Amino acid sequence: MSKGSPISPSLMATKSTGATKAPERADRTADHAAVVADLAAVSPVLGPNNVVPPTVMTGSQAIVRSLEELGVDDIFGLPGGAILPTYDPLMASTMNHVLVRHEQGAGHAAQGYAMVTGRVGVCIATSGPGATNLVTAIMDAHMDSVPLVAITGQVSSGVIGTDAFQEADIVGITMPITKHSFLVTDPNDIPHVMAEAFHLASTGRPGPVLVDVAKDAQVGQMTFSWPPKVDLPGYRPVTRGHNKQVREAAKLIAASTKPVLYVGGGVVKAHASAELLALAEATGAPVVTTLMAKGVFPDSHPQHVGMPGMHGSVSAVTALQQADLLITLGARFDDRVTGVLKTFAPMAKVIHADIDPAEISKNRTADVPIVGSVKEIIPELTEAVRTQFDASGTPDLTTWWAFLNNLKETYPLGWTEPDDGLSAPQRVIERIGALTGPEGVYVAGVGQHQMWAAQFIKYERPHAWLNSGGAGTMGYAVPAAMGAKVGEPDRVVWAIDGDGCFQMTNQELATCAINNIPIKVAVINNSSLGMVRQWQTLFYEGRYSNTDLNTGHDTVRIPDFVKLGEAYGCASFRCERDEDIDATIQKALEINDRPVVIDFVVSPNSMVWPMVPAGVSNDQIQVARNMTPEWEEED
Amino acid sequence: MSRHTLSVLVEDKPGVLTRVASLFARRAFNINSLAVGPTEVPGISRMTVVVDADGDLIEQVTKQLNKLINVIKIVELTPESSVQRDHILVKVRADAATRLQVTQAADLFRASVVDVSTDSVVIEATGHPEKLTALLSVLEPFGIREIVQSGTLAVGRGSRSMSDRALRSA
Repeated sequence: MSKGSPISPSLMATKSTGATKAPERADRTADHAAVVADLAAVSPVLGPNNVVPPTVMTGSQAIVRSLEELGVDDIFGLPGGAILPTYDPLMASTMNHVLVRHEQGAGHAAQGYAMVTGRVGVCIATSGPGATNLVTAIMDAHMDSVPLVAITGQVSSGVIGTDAFQEADIVGITMPITKHSFLVTDPNDIPHVMAEAFHLASTGRPGPVLVDVAKDAQVGQMTFSWPPKVDLPGYRPVTRGHNKQVREAAKLIAASTKPVLYVGGGVVKAHASAELLALAEATGAPVVTTLMAKGVFPDSHPQHVGMPGMHGSVSAVTALQQADLLITLGARFDDRVTGVLKTFAPMAKVIHADIDPAEISKNRTADVPIVGSVKEIIPELTEAVRTQFDASGTPDLTTWWAFLNNLKETYPLGWTEPDDGLSAPQRVIERIGALTGPEGVYVAGVGQHQMWAAQFIKYERPHAWLNSGGAGTMGYAVPAAMGAKVGEPDRVVWAIDGDGCFQMTNQELATCAINNIPIKVAVINNSSLGMVRQWQTLFYEGRYSNTDLNTGHDTVRIPDFVKLGEAYGCASFRCERDEDIDATIQKALEINDRPVVIDFVVSPNSMVWPMVPAGVSNDQIQVARNMTPEWEEED
Repeated sequence: MSRHTLSVLVEDKPGVLTRVASLFARRAFNINSLAVGPTEVPGISRMTVVVDADGDLIEQVTKQLNKLINVIKIVELTPESSVQRDHILVKVRADAATRLQVTQAADLFRASVVDVSTDSVVIEATGHPEKLTALLSVLEPFGIREIVQSGTLAVGRGSRSMSDRALRSA
């Protein structure tokens, strides 16, 4: 090649195979051809691909019609001037539009909907402040790879750039936090842009796509036909893993005596929990599921060793630290998992399978990178592992399991009773999980209650646990639970929220009450911004700067969550004693005609343990304040 | 840190330059120079981006660039296998006494004088960045009034075309 060297031949050919080395160019090309053939067989246009002959209509009608043709059933939104034309045909549509009370609620609801159903969540807002109110939810969806399409109205194309009333450059504002975005000024672009938006949001690594439609494009006449042509020459996600890489991975697995399956949210997004179970059982390796992956591998399975990370279990954190091989599936070596990166899993070789080539070797260099969908890679890897084990023998993991099982027994998750006589928040959350069971959906806000909900509820199935992982958005729980309930109306949906988080988005209780979306909200009320308070206790000598919220025991209770719940038409209870916890949860479980709000008054002194303090190695994990496990005594 | 020249084929869509530029900014990658223009294929533009980065970082830069939907293809052009040129316009002080020396200096660098006034000349030069640096250091003593410089342009040697192959695979 005299023409300069491609950055990475794989990247060039397909825009996504992530191998940093450049092996077997011919193989890759062959592989790529297969992928292209597979993709060609499936239409990139979502929905049933009904044929609609050319029909004249307005841009607004085209937006609504496109959504219908794409198979959308539910939309969350709030109208305003620049999106008004679209709300008119929406009224005649069979699609269910849920009118929220704040656009952020629409965004998180669409996320919750997408997380439980695996379908694209849709939210709509007007221009300017309507659109900027979606920004937090869009960023949240970007961090957690949630398929989301946000449709916003924009001022007329003639006045774009003039600081017109309610004008905001929302495409510019959201550029760093969307997978892609479109500004539509010609109504004839609407069908293909909508189809492209849904295709982008739902394929490859899912993510949020913004479609900003100028008012004149909504009002103008156009000719609608379906399906439109999707024209995205720069977008070719790879789903099939490279065969040779898969075989290399199997070799590493066969040679490893301390392997760990490090499983992330990508496996949930790929709906690959059954495939994962088969791989886990074929390898016999311990499984850790990250915060985003809880439930994709059953908590009750003997090979499950817990959640890794800052508040992970000792067994999971130590498994990664001591491993000689990480089989990384749809995870991204987030700093909350790795702690100080250079001390993370120091002895381990790394197999890294991910659909996004940019995640591979971003934080931790992969020894065997595999780009593709884990849905396809995992079964191939399972097969390759079986073949490899037949050829070279099954590795003996007895010592490894003895070590890990000892850790599981010695350092189980637990809590100490608060010394102030108030309920332990962990008990409340544990009881909610126990009484509701694994078929429920649990949606957390961000903070201590989120960690406890990850630790003390038993997850046995994917899509049962929703939270704001990457973004850490306080206020996620109530609207996301609302969206989840719309997506899965037959399931019990709990929002496990904190008193701080709850005050950020509880206006959506009105939406829930009026639209018959009977979610259950457990406010874990410790009267403070608990996680911040915990850090103040541990790292700021107990100086509680601006973390007291006055909502709990022995305070003025502003607001009074029971009165607030009642004002919003919700059944509302307060629970202040351990002996009332079960009965209160039962009462909530029996109510299904309106939302329920429970004010669980708990101790502000409870802390989340274990904990790896920020800025230190995961080896410094503490099971309680200043208590590190004694590694010497392990075996 | 070493210097890398990336040729990036992009769809000519509104905002594509912003997408590329802001990606560099938010991922804390350093752009040394950037040049954009249309190609022989309608609807496709080509950016030449020069970045200072080590091996791992350049890999991450290209992967992140590839994630942009409007980016069609990226090729790194090495100095050996490509022709790389910068373009410069320099306004230099030159009165009757010094004009001859200035124009002779320009001649030595195969630069041309494109504007003359009583006390200045504008010199246009094309070349490898090092050559232009050398030209500037020769002109510097006469008094440089203004410099306008393009980003680096680069094209692979030989007959193959980057856009041709990219569009066939698309």
